[in-house]
Amino acid sequence: MTELVATGLTLKAKDAVLVDNASFTLAKGELVALLGPNGAGKTSLIRLSLGLETPTAGKARLNDVDVETLDPIARARAVAYLPQQRPLAWPARVRDVVALGRYSHGAAVGRLRGADAEAVDRAIAACDLVHLANRPADTLSGGELARMHCARAFAAEAPLLVADEPTGALDPRHQFRIMDLVKSFVDNGGGALVVLHDIQLAARYASRLIWMQAGRIIADGSPAETLTAKRLETVYGVRARVDGTRIEMDGAL
Amino acid sequence: MIARGWLTPGLALASVLAIFAACLIGSTPLPFDRVMAAFFGGAEAGDRLVIWSIRLPRALAAFIVGAALGLSGAALQGLLRNPLAEPGVLGVSATATLFATFSLYYGLAVVSPWILPIAAIIGALAATLLLTLAAVRTQSVVTLILIGVGLSSFAGAVMSLLMNLAPNPFSLSDMINWMLGSVANRSFNEIAFAAPFMVAGAGVLLATRRGLSALTLGEEAASGIGLNLRNQRIYTVVGAGMATGASVALAGAIGFVGIVAPHIVRPFVGYDPARSLIPSALLAGLILVLADIGVRILPTDNELKLGVVAALIGAPAFVWIAMRRRAVND
Repeated sequence: MTELVATGLTLKAKDAVLVDNASFTLAKGELVALLGPNGAGKTSLIRLSLGLETPTAGKARLNDVDVETLDPIARARAVAYLPQQRPLAWPARVRDVVALGRYSHGAAVGRLRGADAEAVDRAIAACDLVHLANRPADTLSGGELARMHCARAFAAEAPLLVADEPTGALDPRHQFRIMDLVKSFVDNGGGALVVLHDIQLAARYASRLIWMQAGRIIADGSPAETLTAKRLETVYGVRARVDGTRIEMDGAL
Repeated sequence: MIARGWLTPGLALASVLAIFAACLIGSTPLPFDRVMAAFFGGAEAGDRLVIWSIRLPRALAAFIVGAALGLSGAALQGLLRNPLAEPGVLGVSATATLFATFSLYYGLAVVSPWILPIAAIIGALAATLLLTLAAVRTQSVVTLILIGVGLSSFAGAVMSLLMNLAPNPFSLSDMINWMLGSVANRSFNEIAFAAPFMVAGAGVLLATRRGLSALTLGEEAASGIGLNLRNQRIYTVVGAGMATGASVALAGAIGFVGIVAPHIVRPFVGYDPARSLIPSALLAGLILVLADIGVRILPTDNELKLGVVAALIGAPAFVWIAMRRRAVND
């Protein structure tokens, strides 16, 4: 069972506490949405739990191995990571960018063989990029780029996926499409942790919501349990009415 | 796709032809058949001397210096994710030159023939290290290029100081040779002292080239797909430092060729930094061999310096690439 277990993760920078004693788990078969306002420490928590940053205190374990001692290749094979910033240095072709997802399997771009080529083809097909595969990435629209980065993450065929705002700056249709891709990844046995700003979207897709505020995890549970008007008020500072997974926001408090 | 498969063999063939052509021309007119005979050991001793001791070493020196710079340029561009990164522009060549002249000026180079290349490499490594430290702190390539300007100016100033203190006019003209770059009068002996470092540097860069492809995604995502960022930086810095330092030890500071060659090559390799390394090296070597032929056949009183010709071609190309660049990533 592939599992990411974070216990008591804390990150301090000078006087500020960016992440405060945060614990959570991510297992296969789960789609977990990480929610919280800007600056709540969501990205820091993700980076700590992947071992990309060293915590001031606490530990993250991936399949019972401390992520800090884990080799980057081994980590990449267990978790695919889609960061918030996705700059592309060169106008590479879509297929070549997706092929970079196979880095941890030793694949070299432009010389894909066997399993690597198949995984790349599967990811390209799953993300509906077949007709764009040979296009330079700098000619793609925002929605197409988002799908390309998803395909890059899926190509690794890691059991877990951690995605930081994969739907950021996308129109509603593309947000749904990206979440559908993540959902089908989970339905096929994967586990995903996704940072989202659209609470409605999170409530619709996620099996669990993790709520962060000021560096702390203040709630962790199913949408039915944790999504309340009171919580939206305390976490986001908005007036809202909640009916099941339907949310209506009236304005800032 | 056809262009892709033929790029490397085509450039290799063109390089061999250019080196051969460089052996055909010179102040002593030698017809084709005598050059061929000299190559295969059948000609008079005089012809063999001209080919094996003067023309071939010079052409080979131009080629390997160009190849080392093209490879370093392509690798640094991959690491820093910017097409304007290059040993000359980033001040690496100038710093290597400074260290090399220092070892000459203080007579250290006389102690052992290895001192000169090692001094140049230490200079190159010091500059590359400084740049990489800066690159960790800032994503702005403008900053890096400004640091390069600073390094070049500082190295130039110290060189001027050394020239003012130069004990004799001989060391003065020697230093000018270093600063402008030239492969005139190089022997196989000098090549032999630079080549091992170039081969080692090239080996490091080629062995770690897959990481340069990974960096296409930016540092965060590159770490995410399994790249050990710290090690990648060290390998590229050490590899480019050794290759550049050794090329400076052999030919002095020759700028811009490391920008021009990768820029031409990139579209043919799908903008993949890893696949651009070898064709960039071959093309840069070819460009310098051709430029050196130009230096030799131009009817000037004093022979032009190779570095001057390289800058005449390369500097406008640098300005052109810089102006066309969209400011997205800076």
